[in-house]
Amino acid sequence: MIEIKRNKVKLWSRLGARATFGQTILELAKERDDFFVTSADLAQSSGLVRFKEEFPERFVNAGIAEQNMIGIAAGLAKDGTNVFATSFSPFVTMRACEQVRMNMGYMQLNIKTVGLGSGLIMSQLGNSHYGIEDGSVMRAIPGMTVVNPADGVEIVKMVEALCDFEGPVYLRLTGGPGLPVVYEDDIDFQIGKAIRVKDGKDIAIIACGTMVYYSKIAADILEKKGISASVIDMHTIKPLDGVMVDSVLGSKLIVTVEEASTIGGLGSAVAEYISLKKNKPPQLMVGIKDCFPHAGSYQYLLEECELTGEQIAIKIEKALFDADY
Amino acid sequence: MQDKNEVIGSLKEHAKNIRKNSLLMANRCGTNAHLGGGLSLVEALTVLYGAVMNSKDLPYDEKDKFILSKGHGVLGFYAALAEFGIIDKELLDTFLQDGSDLIAHPVMNTDLGIEASSGSLGQGISMAIGLALSAKRKGYSYQTYVLCGNGESNEGSVWEACMSAVNYELDNFTLFLDNNHMQSDGTSESVMNISDKYSGMLDALGFQVIEIDGNDIEQVYDAFLIPHQKGKPKAIIGNTIKGKGVSYMENNNDWHHNRLTNEQLESALAEIGWHND
Repeated sequence: MIEIKRNKVKLWSRLGARATFGQTILELAKERDDFFVTSADLAQSSGLVRFKEEFPERFVNAGIAEQNMIGIAAGLAKDGTNVFATSFSPFVTMRACEQVRMNMGYMQLNIKTVGLGSGLIMSQLGNSHYGIEDGSVMRAIPGMTVVNPADGVEIVKMVEALCDFEGPVYLRLTGGPGLPVVYEDDIDFQIGKAIRVKDGKDIAIIACGTMVYYSKIAADILEKKGISASVIDMHTIKPLDGVMVDSVLGSKLIVTVEEASTIGGLGSAVAEYISLKKNKPPQLMVGIKDCFPHAGSYQYLLEECELTGEQIAIKIEKALFDADY
Repeated sequence: MQDKNEVIGSLKEHAKNIRKNSLLMANRCGTNAHLGGGLSLVEALTVLYGAVMNSKDLPYDEKDKFILSKGHGVLGFYAALAEFGIIDKELLDTFLQDGSDLIAHPVMNTDLGIEASSGSLGQGISMAIGLALSAKRKGYSYQTYVLCGNGESNEGSVWEACMSAVNYELDNFTLFLDNNHMQSDGTSESVMNISDKYSGMLDALGFQVIEIDGNDIEQVYDAFLIPHQKGKPKAIIGNTIKGKGVSYMENNNDWHHNRLTNEQLESALAEIGWHND
């Protein structure tokens, strides 16, 4: 068990998602010897250098060959061992998509695929490196669990939980150094069980990954305007926590927010879930529209994709009060 | 110890049975089956299951692993599993029937001795490398064998896998390349003309390479029994004949995926020395 302490929370925020992942793996490797980590020549970029040096027997570098990496992970996982198979999100989910489908879907092997630098954080590197549709693609694969933690604390809790989780999982890591903090203290964490970050009575914002923080900002802005919003951290996109969604069906509006395409991700998952409910509010889907954004700094991209707290609040107001929206 | 000639003689009988059961399955299923590629690999699987692998009633860490990477080779594969008592012979009657465990590409099923689901080409070899690497890292004693096709080896992922087998120094890993020089659209020469270069390619990568007539039981047997060079993965390039054993199927791509009528079955069985009486 990794202890959650305030100074660590600050450190994880400063390090960002990738390095926090790497550090968590290193910490867990000291406690337990029941998992492998594979990389496709990205140990450096994944914060895995110390793990690689201290536990070379549990690290496998497949070279720049993601397809082979997933296949190797399958062989390593065949005896039930957990394998974290890491690469940048588009490469591990789409370059190796069919290997993921065969080995993790069809064979349900114990692989945890980790999509590093998902969403827009790869900034100047451009759309070749962004994770826009990675979660959608993974969600469509039968039997695949898809998770997207909100901040450093949740990444740590998530990776810890994944070590004891049986079955295939896609871990989508969004956000970079200076990762916004949603949780300052330890949380009661369970895969598949959403967390209510803020209570509200008018509307419900269901978010995942970095967008949990930005949704909180939006909720604060709306609060000042007399609109009370719940914020839910839906860290597990599949299987969706239906009980949590049921609890907000009485809201005036459900808003889903994700640093991902609105096609096939969290917004779609919620829409699919509520589609047959008799009494349900309208749903506003916030996320990356059907486009490849212009490359730029992370902040520039959040603004271009209208994903800042202010922009989310404006969209929500429009959805509530603008009949033509 | 058993006399080698006796072993070879007995393996030849097994190969004949496997070929017969492959043909019977293809006929009984009442639909198209992958005959050509299912018959070229019969000798390789006969030797593997009949004389090389320990494949029964052992704990995971000791039991040898086999993956059929060219997943459409199931006729010979299922028939071999039945021939060596890993599955019930009666199960072969369910081949390609609705809801059967024995479909046109293997579906992972430990009870049936099927280590991996395949059917999407060029993938099983990577999983086999993972199995061999796992054994190295964990001190497991099993050997890992994988059978790939020459057509399958058009897939880039096969070469990613081969590079890594050399890199990880997997001397507990053996690749059998069922090199029948044909693929779905015709001769390899007419589609992707490298099937005579695989041996050189694997040698250049650093494999221990043995090139043989892959339909000659004795050559296959000898090749599998040659010990691994230390730190090197082994590749057996088995030059085979697609549709081997039935003259009208041999090197005839009409039999890549086709239906076998009762009349055709009779003549095929006669050719391999069986009479359906």
